[in-house]
Amino acid sequence: MKDEDLRDLNLPGYEIPPELAGQLAITTLDRVYNFGRRSSIWPMMFGLACCAIEMICAQAGRYDMARFGMEVMRPSPRQSDVMIVAGTVTKKMMPAIVRLYNQMAEPKYVVAMGACASGGGPFKEGYNVVAGIDKYLPVDVYIPGCPPTPQALVAGMIKLQEKIDKQSIKHVRWYDGKKEDSVAVAIPYLGPDLIDPRRIPEIKAKSMELAQPPAPAAEA
Amino acid sequence: MATPATETLDLAVKFPGAVRADTRPGFSGWVVAPEKLLEFAAFVRDELGYDYLVNLCGVDNLPEGQMEVVYNVYKTTGGPGLIFKTQAARVDPIEIPSLVSIWPGAELQEREAWDMYGIRFSDHPDLRRILMWEGFAGFPLRKDWKEAFHDEEIKPYKSRWPDGKHTYAEKRSAYGDNINFEPGFDPEKWVPTDPEEALYAALKKYKSEEKDGIKTDHIIVNMGPQHPSTHGVFRAVVILDGETVLSLKPVMGYLHRNHEKIGERNTFLHNMPYTDRLDYFNSMTNNWGYSMAVEKLMGIQVAERAEYIRVIMSELSRIQNHMILIGMLLNDLGAYFTPALYAFEERELILDIFEAVSGSRMMCNYFRFGGVVRDIDETSLRKIKDLVFDRLPRKIEEFDRLLTENEIIVSRLKGQAILTSEDAIAYSMSGPMLRAAGVPYDIRRADPYGVYDRFDFDVAVRHNCDMMDRYLIRLDEMHQSVRILEQAVRQLPEGPISSQKPSYQIKVPAGEAYGRVEGPKGELGFYVVSNGKANPWRYHVRTPSFVNLTALEKMCVGTKIADFVAILGSIDIVLGELDR
Amino acid sequence: MNGKGILKGMGVTLQRFVDTYLDDIRWWGKRYYTPEGIAHRSSTNTKGIFTIQYPEEKLPVPEEFRYKPFLLYEEGEKGEKNIRCTSCGICAKACPTQCIWIVRGTDPATGRPVPQPAGFWIDADICMSCGFCAEFCPFDAIKMDHNYEVASYTRNLMDIDELMKPVSYYAGIRPLNYAREEEARKAKEAAKAAKAAPAAG
Repeated sequence: MKDEDLRDLNLPGYEIPPELAGQLAITTLDRVYNFGRRSSIWPMMFGLACCAIEMICAQAGRYDMARFGMEVMRPSPRQSDVMIVAGTVTKKMMPAIVRLYNQMAEPKYVVAMGACASGGGPFKEGYNVVAGIDKYLPVDVYIPGCPPTPQALVAGMIKLQEKIDKQSIKHVRWYDGKKEDSVAVAIPYLGPDLIDPRRIPEIKAKSMELAQPPAPAAEA
Repeated sequence: MATPATETLDLAVKFPGAVRADTRPGFSGWVVAPEKLLEFAAFVRDELGYDYLVNLCGVDNLPEGQMEVVYNVYKTTGGPGLIFKTQAARVDPIEIPSLVSIWPGAELQEREAWDMYGIRFSDHPDLRRILMWEGFAGFPLRKDWKEAFHDEEIKPYKSRWPDGKHTYAEKRSAYGDNINFEPGFDPEKWVPTDPEEALYAALKKYKSEEKDGIKTDHIIVNMGPQHPSTHGVFRAVVILDGETVLSLKPVMGYLHRNHEKIGERNTFLHNMPYTDRLDYFNSMTNNWGYSMAVEKLMGIQVAERAEYIRVIMSELSRIQNHMILIGMLLNDLGAYFTPALYAFEERELILDIFEAVSGSRMMCNYFRFGGVVRDIDETSLRKIKDLVFDRLPRKIEEFDRLLTENEIIVSRLKGQAILTSEDAIAYSMSGPMLRAAGVPYDIRRADPYGVYDRFDFDVAVRHNCDMMDRYLIRLDEMHQSVRILEQAVRQLPEGPISSQKPSYQIKVPAGEAYGRVEGPKGELGFYVVSNGKANPWRYHVRTPSFVNLTALEKMCVGTKIADFVAILGSIDIVLGELDR
Repeated sequence: MNGKGILKGMGVTLQRFVDTYLDDIRWWGKRYYTPEGIAHRSSTNTKGIFTIQYPEEKLPVPEEFRYKPFLLYEEGEKGEKNIRCTSCGICAKACPTQCIWIVRGTDPATGRPVPQPAGFWIDADICMSCGFCAEFCPFDAIKMDHNYEVASYTRNLMDIDELMKPVSYYAGIRPLNYAREEEARKAKEAAKAAKAAPAAG
């Protein structure tokens, strides 16, 4: 076997060649590691709007997310693994959300539940609404629906488990020692409108451009 | 609403030159000059008996160059209400006297009008922005204010058809996102003002005391916006002496979704599914309030069968809302989740019915002007009957047995957070909160709508004015709802489900209408102004959660911080309609 | 006696606990993972464990359930897809969130509009699943889907290829509605034929 093939062996989901089926079992550290993580995803007790009620329903008797090890809703970001952004994200709330995300410990995941969190939803045109949480935070799973039914939410969480299964302990960002990957997201602040610190030069350039009187049409 | 002739005489003569009847076609009530507003309001309250200020909202009459404030007042003894307005020229600063001294319930609503329209209420005790943050540029509900993702003035947008190439709104806006700044704005030179500064300044100042050589200090605690027991993204700033609450300010707007601004771009029908998202527990009653306001404007009747279906759906909605409230209140008291889980079981069964008839569990979008969208199918009707005649009475009884006599609950709730009848009326409380304070005011009786006058039921009322009563009144109301449901299901007539032809274009004549329903959380009112076009000129929602919070400070001062959570739970707020 | 109320409440929880086992025994072997078991657990006289073991078993959605819209096409004999939509634009006008974009089709030869969309987009990240598009479509060309397992790793913008589904799929998820519409359509055609027949004769 070539070196590259051997490396593949370490990746989760490595297919056993048919001629060897039944003769060997491959398990890797990744599988054990991912099994542990996927079976105890603790969501943050963090509801924003309508979707939060469906999230509670999914936690309640009928859909019971405890079956997936997700029953421990933690109000503290320090103790939670996944942030289910359940509802409309408003500008006024945005600094708090980014701060909560920054406070979560790695590995951390973000699920955008419902149309509002995914892309603004029916309130997208509103002046106080952020058009999708992915403008600020990296989103792992998008669940469309307005609101997604509890079953749709559970389906989305299974999707998240699948994503976790595909991660390898060798490549995950929280062990690779590079500091810049785990740098906190810059917290936006409330000025005349919501200001994203990462975009300050861009905003300045644009507003200066708008302030210029329109250039007189060049004489022929 | 019709104004009796005697009062016409009285008011115009009583205030010569300052009060005139509103004669615009479709409008009613009185227009009061701002200078005489306080005097007029005191007269209306003391002499005419309209002691209950229900709704207050601003209206931007851009073509006339006027800013208007509308007041809806009612008598707590029942009957139709009185509407009066005051107008000021639309030139900043717009000054209108504050009515907080007459009706303390105006406090938050006036702050909202200031936030949205920039109407300055002189002598208001704490005039700060409420839904947006301090420092936000502009007054968003003014008709000449445009948001960053502004597409066209009204819906339907012409860019969607016939040449509707999909584009993201981000591509259209100047900054590539839902943000907007003054030309020439320099974020680097901009000095950050602390948006919280005004808030802390508004809190009462307490000096630290020295007693027996020990110096005690007061602490400020911020609860929320991310807090497990504030029922969403609500925030309260509390000043504590030890554990005792000295002063409290609610901070809201963390879920302000611009319902009214979007609603004024929408056509009349477009707003229906948006109302679902106000109080997302009770989309059925929200639908009813809105369709009632528009039906009033259009002057149409509702089909007989639809009236009964509306009653059935609203009362089912009320039952599930109260169940969840009790479950969540117990959560707040520390009974971790058992009552809430029991409540969710019943709620799921009721939601199954909503899902079968309307297509969605929570966002029902079920009502149409003149009726409902779909008939109840046989299976659902059988399920409703099973629930009404068998399961729900049993389960309400079970809740009673589970909780009412529990000593811990009794000692936590009894005698706590008293709100007297006088205060409740003055603070414009509504719904179970008002009735638990000993005021038997239920819109289903006091100002009947739909077919509620055909049913035999009691207005639940309790007289101890404490938290225990607020819990018990919910149980009482569930019993009454079951009574109404039994009658409604038995009497459900055959016939069409709508008096109108289904159409997405609706003609609404010019005028104003205020539709109010007894929502499970209190009075839900929709103030709609039409100028004869396809879109409402003004669309205001008077929500019970928002107005009921006016008395939060009054109830909390002097209690322990742990009880604050329970008090908030007993008010039954939902953020979707609190912030809109 | 102090504590009586608490004991009374505990009695209720104990009753529920016992019910769980009684109901499991009464429905031995068919309470879980069977259609009648699911129906029993979501009926109004359910007792005991209320949980639906999603994803192994799924709560059936009612016929009127609405999630996201889709476009219907008739399957032609040679497998061609004849879309029902005539690009009249009513759905785009009735849509409260204005999340539907339609490009009206034109005949490339003449440049005249043809009753067929050249492009059709629905932004699933804006759609509020209100069902107005399906309600007001005069051609029964757009309907609300039942499929809710649509979570993805990216944002959702549905274009015409993703939106199109065969009529047989629609008949499968909404049999009653489909039958009613077919009946109405046949009645309309019959009336048309009856009107045309004397004129021809």
